[in-house]
Amino acid sequence: MLNRRELNKSKRTVIITLVVTVGMFGFGFALVPLYNVLCDIAGLNGKTGPKYVLQSGELEADLSRLVKVQFITSNNENMSWHFKPEVTQVEVHPGELMQVDFLVSNPTQQDMLAQAVPSLSPSEGADYFHKVECFCFTQQTLQAGEEARMPLRFVIDKDLPKHLTKLTLSYTLFDLTNSDISMASVPK
Amino acid sequence: MSAVVENELNEHHHHGPAKGISRWLFTTNHKDIGSMYLWFSFTMFLVGGCMALTIRAELFQPGLQIINPEFFNQMTTMHGLIMVFGAVMPAFVGLANWLVPMMIGAPDMALPRMNNWSFWILPFAFTMLLSTLFMDGGGPNFGWTFYAPLSTTYAPPSVTFFIFGVHMMGISSIMGAINVIATILNMRAPGMNMMKMPLFVWTWLITAFLLIAVMPVLAGVVTMMLMDIHFGTSFFNAAGGGDPVLFQHVFWFFGHPEVYIMILPAFGVVSQIIPTFSRKKLFGYSSMVWATSSIALLSFTVWAHHMFTVGIPLFGELFFMYATMLIAVPTGVKVFNWVATMFRGSISFETPMLFSIAFVILFSIGGFSGLMLAIAPADFQYHDTYFVVAHFHYVLVPGAIFGIFAAVYYWLPKWCGRMYSETLGKAHFWLSFVGMNLAFFPMHFLGLAGMPRRIPDYALQFADFNMISSVGAFLFGATQLLFLYIVVSTIRSGAKASAAVWEGAEGLEWTIPSPAPYHTFTEPPVVK
Amino acid sequence: MRSVWIRWAVPFFLLAFSSITKAEYGVNMTPGVTDISQSVYDLHMIVFWICVVIGIVVFGVMFWSMFKYRKSQGAKPAQFHESTLVEIIWTIIPVIILVAMAIPATSTLREIYDVEESDIDIKITGYQWKWRYDYINDEVGFFSSLSTPQDQINNQEAKSDNYLLEVDEPLVIPVNKKIRFLVTSNDVIHSWWVPAFAVKKDAIPGFVNEAWTKVNTPGIYRGQCAELCGKDHGFMPIVVKAVEEPEYKAWLLAKQEKAKAETLLASQQSAQQWSLEDLMAKGETVYNTSCAMCHQANGEGIPPAFPAIKGSAIAMGAVENHISIVLDGKPGTAMQAFGQQLNDVDLAAVITYERNAWGNKKGDVVSPQDIAKAKGN
Repeated sequence: MLNRRELNKSKRTVIITLVVTVGMFGFGFALVPLYNVLCDIAGLNGKTGPKYVLQSGELEADLSRLVKVQFITSNNENMSWHFKPEVTQVEVHPGELMQVDFLVSNPTQQDMLAQAVPSLSPSEGADYFHKVECFCFTQQTLQAGEEARMPLRFVIDKDLPKHLTKLTLSYTLFDLTNSDISMASVPK
Repeated sequence: MSAVVENELNEHHHHGPAKGISRWLFTTNHKDIGSMYLWFSFTMFLVGGCMALTIRAELFQPGLQIINPEFFNQMTTMHGLIMVFGAVMPAFVGLANWLVPMMIGAPDMALPRMNNWSFWILPFAFTMLLSTLFMDGGGPNFGWTFYAPLSTTYAPPSVTFFIFGVHMMGISSIMGAINVIATILNMRAPGMNMMKMPLFVWTWLITAFLLIAVMPVLAGVVTMMLMDIHFGTSFFNAAGGGDPVLFQHVFWFFGHPEVYIMILPAFGVVSQIIPTFSRKKLFGYSSMVWATSSIALLSFTVWAHHMFTVGIPLFGELFFMYATMLIAVPTGVKVFNWVATMFRGSISFETPMLFSIAFVILFSIGGFSGLMLAIAPADFQYHDTYFVVAHFHYVLVPGAIFGIFAAVYYWLPKWCGRMYSETLGKAHFWLSFVGMNLAFFPMHFLGLAGMPRRIPDYALQFADFNMISSVGAFLFGATQLLFLYIVVSTIRSGAKASAAVWEGAEGLEWTIPSPAPYHTFTEPPVVK
Repeated sequence: MRSVWIRWAVPFFLLAFSSITKAEYGVNMTPGVTDISQSVYDLHMIVFWICVVIGIVVFGVMFWSMFKYRKSQGAKPAQFHESTLVEIIWTIIPVIILVAMAIPATSTLREIYDVEESDIDIKITGYQWKWRYDYINDEVGFFSSLSTPQDQINNQEAKSDNYLLEVDEPLVIPVNKKIRFLVTSNDVIHSWWVPAFAVKKDAIPGFVNEAWTKVNTPGIYRGQCAELCGKDHGFMPIVVKAVEEPEYKAWLLAKQEKAKAETLLASQQSAQQWSLEDLMAKGETVYNTSCAMCHQANGEGIPPAFPAIKGSAIAMGAVENHISIVLDGKPGTAMQAFGQQLNDVDLAAVITYERNAWGNKKGDVVSPQDIAKAKGN
């Protein structure tokens, strides 16, 4: 049906469109790290970023203002651990290093593995909330009946926009004991 | 369906099409494949329609009468999947197969064998998809938009078959799109430069580019689902560092261009029909091409308007609101151009024209509700309510579906050489028009009054409009059996049609006999 | 034929649009009871009327053309088919109209995104298929489940006025105070929506979203879950009771007292002895609120997804197993860990009920102390 010239042009078109197809499939997968990068850069979606390394001289409290930080906890699905912050709310100066402990206990007869996932609201504050030490950086194991005290150490960036006076940090605790999730990525 | 024509200048074919089932299994002829796509899509339309009627029967009155909530969720999910992937998209591919080669003076599609594969994947994919309803745990029940984690961690076992089915439909669409692009770019008759192509060819070319851009992204997102469900990854699971909202971004990056894929060919159809029955050239051909291209390009920038309540920061919400409002501009241009074509024309109201006029008016109403939905703060009240259901059914039913009906009435005489009964065609139109409006107009009110989507039972203040809507739906559904009768009786015993069929019709397809010979344009025509 | 078309279409549109502003007929959005909801309503109406006007103009030209330029009446077609000037005009005018719409839309959206400090913070958690409200600074938390009886849903009984929009425990908030909601989910994505506040926010597992409202008028406001979340997505309504501040304070105090009393009750060693009759009565209420949606009011369930409890191996077998499955749930199924959700008295009552209702007649009495022991307290 096609003459030689049409056949060659068609082959070229097919190859190009196939390349585009495969490229767009790859693009779909590329959206995953791209999404994470954008969330990190812009503090979108309440993602507060990985372990924060303090710069020298950074810990200089801005005494002119106080920021309220609330802590809320949730257990995902049937997660049975008791999990609550020692205090529900603290007031802290930007630039001031603060520690808040979370009390957790495993009331069951089994050893269990858990992962805490943080989320900050309002999301525009997430970029300014730096976790120096957090139990959410690693999975947590508790033996049957074991209790623990897990620390969170954080500092709020002095550049936090002035109109943000209250931040809420939420942790959701997931039960990973029987999960087949391979922990390739550290949650942020 | 089409007659066999000897062509002594052609060395390859001295025989007609094969006889019996082999003809259809192995055909590489664009007319045969086009017909198969159209019959397949109509079958799927009736199947999806039965699911819709099951839904409307349950929603006829408050309370649970007929089915339980679990099965209801399967019906809403499958209705959406079947209509989108089984009825609308294959119908447009069928029209492309039949019409594009004839309109550009080509003897067939560029890749006839791949064309055959593109079709035959579909019955296999949909048999598998429909069989999930009978599997343990039932069929997919998470909406046609299958958000995670409802569709991953909480899905029934059949979800794996759902994913497989989506992959297959995607491969079929991608292959079809490659074929369309290769055909249109390389096989136009001499003298037919791009700006002389019929608008249906233009809209299909643009649609095909959208398809190869976004169907692979859909394939990507269902692959990620598969990996989360079976291979321990956490794309959409916060426990492993993932995010359910990521699903929505990737899905709608596909999903929004997808809805333009479902309407652009209908724009093309209507742009062929209105000039014919107004006996006047299409107003603003080049701006129609520009507008369609703009719509396609802009469609990549608006996806998160489906996600206004997900917790996107202010800047993001504003961007997506503005971009979505902007799409109204080229769309409006198209509507104005159709109206300007009719204005000071010489109009007659045969069935294709009735469907096309209804398309312009009712699709525009869908466009207005779309504009309202674009306003993000107002969308907080519309999102996930029946207002959205009304919106998309107005753009899809009197939009895509009426466009397909219009195309069938317009070109059926060319395909089979016989005229349909104008009286019956008009009856089909009016009954569909009334049924459709009765079914979907009240849904605007239901949504505004506070009725959410995807619920099998509702509070008492929603009862009256739900009842009206159900009556309309049954009327619309029953009328499509009339359509089936019309098509079959036309093919078997309609009055003979001429080559030109319609006074005022322009285009290469009207220069060949009716029915179109099995092989046409084996020698390219000269286009002035 | 044509005149029939016009004679029918014109009154249709007039009728449809004329009554559209009357919210009480249930055809329009509610202006609601907050400043934001009123702004949203105003925005909705502005955009709506602009669309109506555009529609009248465009469809008017169409109908006019269909009437005046009919071939059957001898119209001859004109020859024009392009005009750059006209195209430019009808591109620019819509852009201007859109910019005009975007301005109030932007300003309303910015108000909605305001993060000025709130007076009260409430955590809202979506569950399959109910809501949980926790007053963050006040140590008060409770579940809020649909309270419409199954019999009404199954058409055995007449439906009440607030059919499907009523709950056992509404959310109570004071008027004229800024209330901030922190929305998350226990399982799949849900969405918390109260039309009267124009608040709709998705509840996403692992993440927290925030929304706020400030109610001007006391009253009861009803909403529904607005994101498909499984089987009973249509059966997890929201009821908010907005009251004057003194009433709110009193309610909060009463809730705190009740919570203390329940903890005390469950922990006492020689505590109040609950009789079979008392447990059955309470158990039936708990069962109908928390269990009947899946296991049905008659205990027969919807096998295989929702097993029967009537005559079942668990209800008729060892008490420990029955307690265990109610407390810890069954992973991989919809059976939740109710030990996380119900207090010891309710758990004891519902298990006692299940073992004695529908002809099960085990005669077992499970006490709150048994539950506390099983929980390891």
